[in-house]
Amino acid sequence: MNENPMDEVRIAELLRELPPVPEAWLRAAQERPAIARAADQILELAETDAEFRRTLIEDLETALRAVGHEPDPRLVDTVRRRLPGG
Amino acid sequence: MDWASVSDAEVVRACRAGDDAAWRELVERFSRYVFAIARAHRLGESDAEDVFQETFARIYEHLGRLRSDEAVRPWIGQLTRRLCIDRLRAAVRDPVLDDAEEQGEVDRRLTAVDEAVSVHEALRTLSADCREILDRFFCRDQSYNTIGELLDLPPGTIASRISRCLAKLRQAYEGRSGADPASGET
Repeated sequence: MNENPMDEVRIAELLRELPPVPEAWLRAAQERPAIARAADQILELAETDAEFRRTLIEDLETALRAVGHEPDPRLVDTVRRRLPGG
Repeated sequence: MDWASVSDAEVVRACRAGDDAAWRELVERFSRYVFAIARAHRLGESDAEDVFQETFARIYEHLGRLRSDEAVRPWIGQLTRRLCIDRLRAAVRDPVLDDAEEQGEVDRRLTAVDEAVSVHEALRTLSADCREILDRFFCRDQSYNTIGELLDLPPGTIASRISRCLAKLRQAYEGRSGADPASGET
């Protein structure tokens, strides 16, 4: 048992301390595995295709579009961080 | 799958095994905690969102390095606090860390957040009906009328149900032994 029992007013105050986050934030964070998988595919292609690798380093967004990915900022950021020297 | 009865450690293990549904649950489960820490540091909405997304990006990338699956909450708390402080330092617009009084206020808020986490963990042990009505009224700040319309109940019933569920929550909270989410940091 807790040593200091709380009254219900305090319990209510503490419930209010953790409001829900905006739905769009939640969805964006929940899509993280799909972003990571897309980054894996792109980086695998960059390992086997020198021309694609060069484009990826020089103009990442164009390179992503060329292989059918919209340059979502989270995907751009993930790929950039995982590129050599990124 | 009903995730309410699944422990934090089990959710972490499922995430590590590549279970996308588990990842969605992990984000859902810890989202309010991460957001509350950002608010405690008084970040603006844009910075709070950046910290929120960066925190979950790092969690996803580094989940494999977590030394104890049971300690996922303190690990996430520590990671979020570090990102908040980095953000404040980078902005150089709010020297919170140089002002002892301000830092004391942030610490006080963080303590309240940890206490709130214990209450929310007790909330998870209540029935789905109680969880929903307490969340709508206290966390989402919805009125009796709004809740009544959503749940198809008269406002008078809402008031008595909130009161009954709050009493159950207090009992559940007091029944938890030594609930201290801040312990066991890695």
